Amino acid sequence: MAGRGKGLLVPILVLALWEMLSRAGVLPIETLSRPTDVFAAGIAALFDGSLFVSTFQTLQAAFVGLCISIMLGVPVGLLIGISPTARLTAAPSFEAMRPVPPVALIPLSLLIFGFGVSMEAAVVGFACVWPIMIATTAAVGTVEGRLEEIARALEMTTFAYAKKIVLPATLGRIAVGVRVAVGIALVVAVTVEIVVNPRGLGYGMIIAQQSLRSDLMYAQLIWIGFVGWFVNGLLMRLDDTVLSRFNVAGAEQ
Amino acid sequence: MKRAVLALIFPLLLLGAWQLAASGSLLSPAYFPAPSRTFEALYQSIISGSLWSPLSATAVRMLEGWVLASLLGILLGSFIGSSRLGREFLQPSLEFLRPFPASAIIPAAIMLLGLSNQMAIFVIAFGSVWPVLLGTLHGFSAIEPRLKEVASTLEMRPIHYLFKMAIPSALPDIFTGIRISLAIALILAVVVEMQAAQPGLGQNILLAQRMFRSPELYAGIIVLGVFGLFANRSLNVIEMYFLNWKDQR
Repeated sequence: MAGRGKGLLVPILVLALWEMLSRAGVLPIETLSRPTDVFAAGIAALFDGSLFVSTFQTLQAAFVGLCISIMLGVPVGLLIGISPTARLTAAPSFEAMRPVPPVALIPLSLLIFGFGVSMEAAVVGFACVWPIMIATTAAVGTVEGRLEEIARALEMTTFAYAKKIVLPATLGRIAVGVRVAVGIALVVAVTVEIVVNPRGLGYGMIIAQQSLRSDLMYAQLIWIGFVGWFVNGLLMRLDDTVLSRFNVAGAEQ
Repeated sequence: MKRAVLALIFPLLLLGAWQLAASGSLLSPAYFPAPSRTFEALYQSIISGSLWSPLSATAVRMLEGWVLASLLGILLGSFIGSSRLGREFLQPSLEFLRPFPASAIIPAAIMLLGLSNQMAIFVIAFGSVWPVLLGTLHGFSAIEPRLKEVASTLEMRPIHYLFKMAIPSALPDIFTGIRISLAIALILAVVVEMQAAQPGLGQNILLAQRMFRSPELYAGIIVLGVFGLFANRSLNVIEMYFLNWKDQR
C-alpha cells in the first residue's frame, strides 16, 4: 500500500503543478486545458453516454479483428508447426509479409470495405495475426515427442492429431500470444480511427481537437489510457488463471 | 536449393492465381489489380525516381524520431533505474503509460505543435520512447549486485561505473526495447504522414487510395514492407556488433 502511494505521488504533483501554472496564466488554456476542466469534461461525457458509445465501438472493432486473427493464426500456426513441408513452403512468405506496418493497410482496407467496423477489424486482424501465429508455431515445438508417436501408433489423421493432442497441449502458450495481440488490437483500432475511420474513441479525439475542445480531447486521451490499462490488467489476471490451470494439468500427467 | 524452391512455390502460385483471376476479370481491378500492374507501378516509380523522395522523407522522419527516443529512453531509463527512489516513485506511472496507444497523442500534438514536421518527430519519439525506457529500467534493476560491489571496491567513479559496467550489462534489455521501438517508429511515421499531411510514403498510399490508383497503393505497401525488413535487418547487424561479447564466453 505504501508503494502504491509513492507511485501516485508523482502524477498528483504533476497535475497540481499543471493546475497552478494554468491558473497563474503561464500555460495557454486553449491548447493545454486545466486538469479540473479535463475532469469535468470527462465526467460530462461519461454521463451523456457518448464516451461509452465510442468505447464500445472501439472495443467492438478490436474484438472482431482479434477473433479474425485467432481464427486465422491458430490453425495456420498449428499447420506450420506440425508439418515441415508446410513450414518450408509458407513460412518464408509470412516472414516477408510480417514487416509490413499494419497502418500501411489502412488505405487498402478502406478501398475494399469502405468506412465502418469491417475495415477497422481487417487492419486489426492483420496486425494481430503474427504474434498469435508465432506463439502457436513455437508452442507446437514444445509438445512432448512421445505424444506424436502415440498418435502415429493410433493411426490418427493429421487433423485429429492437431485437434486432440496438439491444440490442448499448446493452449496455454497460445493464450500468451493472444494476450500480446490484445494489446496490439486496441492500439491499432484507435490508430485506424484517428487516421480515417469515423467512429470510436480515436475519432472522438480528432473531432474534439478540430472543434478546439481541448478539455474533451484530453479527457478522452486519459480515458483511452485507462481502457488500455484496464484491458491489460484483466488479461493479466485471466492469463494467470488459465496458465496455472494448464500448468497444474501438465504436472498431474 | 530445395528450400528455396519450396519457399518460392507458395507465393508464385498465389500470384499466378491472382494474375489469372484478374485477367479473367474475376477480381475487380479497382480493389485487386493484377500483380503485373502492381509490379509495373513499382518498376516505374523506381525508374522515374519518384520513389526515392517519399521513401527518404519517411526514412529520415522515422530515424530522427527513433534516435531521439532511443537516446532519451536510455538516458532517462539509466537515471531512474540507478536510484531506488526513482524506481519507487516513477515506475508505476511509466508502467501505466506502457499500454497507451501512442497514436492517441496525435490530436494533442497537432493542437500543441500544429501540422508541422516537429509535431511528426514529437509523436514518433513519444510513441517509441517507452520500450527503450522500460527496457533500460529493467536492465538496470537486474544488474548483478556483485558488479556494484566490485565497482565500489575499485573506487570507480559513477560515470565509469555507468559506461563500463551498468550499460554493458543492461545492453541486451536495451536492445530488446530499441528493436520494438524501431517497429513503432515506422508505424507512427506512416500514421503521421497520413493524418497530418506530411510528405512521405504514408501520404502517398493514402493519396493513391483517394485517386483509386490501386496498383500504386499495393506498390507502396510492398515498399514499406521491404523497408521495414531492411531496417530490422540493419539493426540486427548493429546489435551483433555491440553484443558479440556475449557469445565469446
